[in-house]
Amino acid sequence: MKALLSKIRRVGRVAEPAPRRPAEAPMRPELAGSAQVRCVDAGSCNGCEIEIGQAFGPLYDADRYGVRLVASPRHADVLAVTGPVTRNMATALRRTYNATPEPRLVVAVGDCAIDCGEFAGGPGVHGPVDSVVPVDLAVPGCPPTPDAIVAALRRVTGR
Amino acid sequence: MSGGAFGTEVTAAGVASSVLQVALTVAGAPLLVGLMRQIRARMEGRAGAGVGQPWRDLRKLMRKKPLAPDGTGPLFRTAPLVQVATALMVAAAIPFVSVRTGLGGAADLIAVVALLTLGTAALALAGLDTGTAFGGMGASREMTITALAEPTVLMATFALSTRVGSTNLPAIVDASLKDAGRVISPVSVLAAFALAAVVLAEAGRLPVDNPSTHLELTMVHEAMVLEYSGPDLALVELAASMRLAVLLGLWSALFLPWGTATSTGVPAVAGATVLFTLKVGVLGAVLAAGEVFMAKLRLFRVPELLAGSFLLAVLAVAASFFL
Repeated sequence: MKALLSKIRRVGRVAEPAPRRPAEAPMRPELAGSAQVRCVDAGSCNGCEIEIGQAFGPLYDADRYGVRLVASPRHADVLAVTGPVTRNMATALRRTYNATPEPRLVVAVGDCAIDCGEFAGGPGVHGPVDSVVPVDLAVPGCPPTPDAIVAALRRVTGR
Repeated sequence: MSGGAFGTEVTAAGVASSVLQVALTVAGAPLLVGLMRQIRARMEGRAGAGVGQPWRDLRKLMRKKPLAPDGTGPLFRTAPLVQVATALMVAAAIPFVSVRTGLGGAADLIAVVALLTLGTAALALAGLDTGTAFGGMGASREMTITALAEPTVLMATFALSTRVGSTNLPAIVDASLKDAGRVISPVSVLAAFALAAVVLAEAGRLPVDNPSTHLELTMVHEAMVLEYSGPDLALVELAASMRLAVLLGLWSALFLPWGTATSTGVPAVAGATVLFTLKVGVLGAVLAAGEVFMAKLRLFRVPELLAGSFLLAVLAVAASFFL
């Protein structure tokens, strides 16, 4: 405990200074200042998941903009979908979308979610995310940087 | 078992102070949770979302469309209301700011414990009502913990009430305000440790339950509420934060009673309100800071912790007869 305490004192604040507030108003006025995110891995290589994990880590600290990860689509306002949608995940993604109460937003995270990227034409691939559920916001990149993910989520909360 | 003369009379001023306590709890409980999250965030090196974030979350949830999962019945819809209602009743009954509460003889420790348990049971039944694996698992775990925590609360209560000869909460607090020696006695210290463990268990804090976990193996409270959404979820979250606030408030009323008003005069009540907010805020801050150093106990170790606290409560009762 003493070691942890001295480490807390030594490390201090690791969160980087916040970039400028987004100029646009929040995408949905109901979600201003608070958005809960449910991640859906529709067939990703896990590269995007690592970057999402970083976005919610202490360094980028997406929490400070009112964004939080939740365990259930019922608690969520935003679905962060990664990867090309595989045949096995298409129904699951559609059900997750239907289980999310309105108003809801879908953020396609990564090139694969936008246009199947590297995996286009693969035998198990159903299609990009917008072939299954409507996409409101896209974060390009393979994988996208935590900065880009945080910037997209800040457009949702407007903070 | 209400204590005869003291606290049984209901006055208009008493009702006003109870209303004040309820308003304070509703407005302050989400801020308490926000403060605790903020302290944790700062100790983890984060910037944190701010003390007002739980209120922003509640506002957002109230604006969302209600969604009833398939196969759930009236039990599922009413459980959040029952939980909020019981928490409101408890907030009115415990003498937070003044020992002249508006509930008279109903402000009983046993009634308070029963109300809190009613809220727990309602939510556990709602968890079962969803018919999902997580709901049932969370409900079973919650009832296990409750069944182990309840006897401790009652035992600790008896230790405190035998000296006063009443389980009436205002009477107990009033007696310890008049005689500070009661609070710094071995009985009180043993009961304080016993109740502290129970407060952690009942409020779903570390090391019994982790309020921020979403891991299947460790969820207790979170598992029961997975199917709630929108305004219903707002009620569940508000009730959970109010529960934490009233449990910390109950602990401070029993073991740090100083500053609680013995009259219903405006200056005394105003001073007591500020002091009470401060006390609960400090307790919450200490709890949040302590949680950074703690890991969640394995579920099968939780009974050991609660059995330990029950032992302390039994010792407190024994001590109240011998000392």
